[in-house]
Amino acid sequence: MRRLIFAQDLLMRFVPATAADRVVPPTGYTAMLTTATAAAMAFLAVFALALSLAAGRVADRWSDALTRGATIRISAPAEQVAAQTQAVMAILKSTPGVLDARAFSVDETKALLQPWFGPDLPVDSLPLPQLIEIRESDGGGFDPEALRLRLTAEAPGAVLDDHLRWRRPLAQAAERLRLLGLMSLALIGAVTAAMITLAAQAALAANGQVLRVLRLIGARDSYIARAFVRRYTLRALGGAAAGTVLGMIALAFLPAASEEGGFLSGVGFTGLDWLWPLAIPPLAALVGFGATRRAALRVLRDGA
Amino acid sequence: MIELEGVSQSYGGGELLSGISLRLAPGSFHFLTGPSGAGKTTMLKLCYADLLPTSGRVTLFGQDVRDLSRDGVAEARRRIGVVHQDCQFLDHLSLAENIGLPLTVAGREAGVADLKDLLGWVGLAAQARSLPPSLSGGERQRAALARAIITSPDVILADEPTGNLDWDMSLKLLTLLAELNRMGKTILIATHDLNLIRAAKSQVQARVLRIKDRRLQLAGADL
Ligand SMILES: Nc1ncnc2c1ncn2[C@@H]1O[C@H](COP(=O)(O)OP(=O)(O)O)[C@@H](O)[C@H]1O
Ligand SMILES: [Mg+2]
Repeated sequence: MRRLIFAQDLLMRFVPATAADRVVPPTGYTAMLTTATAAAMAFLAVFALALSLAAGRVADRWSDALTRGATIRISAPAEQVAAQTQAVMAILKSTPGVLDARAFSVDETKALLQPWFGPDLPVDSLPLPQLIEIRESDGGGFDPEALRLRLTAEAPGAVLDDHLRWRRPLAQAAERLRLLGLMSLALIGAVTAAMITLAAQAALAANGQVLRVLRLIGARDSYIARAFVRRYTLRALGGAAAGTVLGMIALAFLPAASEEGGFLSGVGFTGLDWLWPLAIPPLAALVGFGATRRAALRVLRDGA
Repeated sequence: MIELEGVSQSYGGGELLSGISLRLAPGSFHFLTGPSGAGKTTMLKLCYADLLPTSGRVTLFGQDVRDLSRDGVAEARRRIGVVHQDCQFLDHLSLAENIGLPLTVAGREAGVADLKDLLGWVGLAAQARSLPPSLSGGERQRAALARAIITSPDVILADEPTGNLDWDMSLKLLTLLAELNRMGKTILIATHDLNLIRAAKSQVQARVLRIKDRRLQLAGADL
């Protein structure tokens, strides 16, 4: 906390005080509270942001164009594979709800298996299944049960792997999670605005005499508001900067986020995502600016 | 400059002032007298738009105060120097800063030399760095005068400016106001000190107004 206040002082020193700032007496305790609350809110915002980004990544991956749809795997004696593949392709052509279908080449199949078996897979000695990727048309897609029936009749080695059916709820859950994360960010912003409004309002009320004197000697509302606005903007900025840094450090020590990792290890930032949290302090400053300005102008209009 | 037409004022209860008409012409010098509680301070407040009249019209520099925006009121007050009866200062700023404040809030620079001259003139050079609460009543009153005139306003309104001053200082202040009047400033002094008014007669052409029975009268030569 002491360190936080010190950082705050430093910031105040770098942004030169204008004469307008001096007309409002300095405040110690509420200043510290405002800064600390802004820090806590920024810390939470970092996590909400990380959650949204991670959920977004998962949702994107699971509803990706490549994974949208289904695959058919044909495991048959080597001499029958080609015939069954042709039969399956013919069936798919006449199946309603199938946009198109494509048989994987051996190289593509190898590439798919590589993450599991490593690059030295002795393909030639293995009976690799033939994979056929199906893209569903939008609007319902095909009926998997009907397709399965036709496949058993005409291509007994073919198995329909309908991953969309189990991926869809997961993708939906991830999408919800991303929405929740974004809602949390909005709530954090709103709470910050409310907190700064309250703090500024308390400061304005405590300085009623100052406001009155300033008005009497010909100060405009905007001049008086400026002193408060600068203070609370800097407090929000300084506090949020500290909270953001702490939040980012905390996240950096979580197991690394990656494209491939599961969801839990995925809460964090990857690559350029690390730039996102840097937007939190300026946004907090913006919120502080707006909240204080509104509060100050309202108090001035109603009172002094 | 400042004009009141048929102005009445009441604070919720009965009328304190009624049917007041007054025109402060440029370069005029007025005294406003009346017993304590007669409404002198109230009338001055009407003149710098701290109060809006209950009825009637107050015009500042040709504009009806009811039509003035808050910024408009601020602009008008920059042209009116006021010595408040309860000298209002910012207690966390030094005396010098307080006196320069009307310039500061108007975005103008307070010239150090001017400020020093003014402080010296009101006899507060030694207290320039003091905080207002540490000053005596008389010192505060002199500081209030210095603050009222630092912007070289067109109109100066002074509410009991000599209430806490000894006679010498009162005369000095009167001389300054008379001097400002000769330079063309419009001046209105609320006071119940008849000696001060008599002393002014030798220096300026002053009109004396009196609040009696809620109305404004022109006091005769009987003073
Ligand atoms: N804000 C106010 N609310 C209610 N009554 C007030 C207010 N200000 C002044 N008064 C009353 O108005 C009367 C005149 O006050 P004032 O104008 O200060 O007189 P003066 O300056 O001549 O002594 C007094 O009786 C006072 O109590
Ligand atoms: Mg009075």
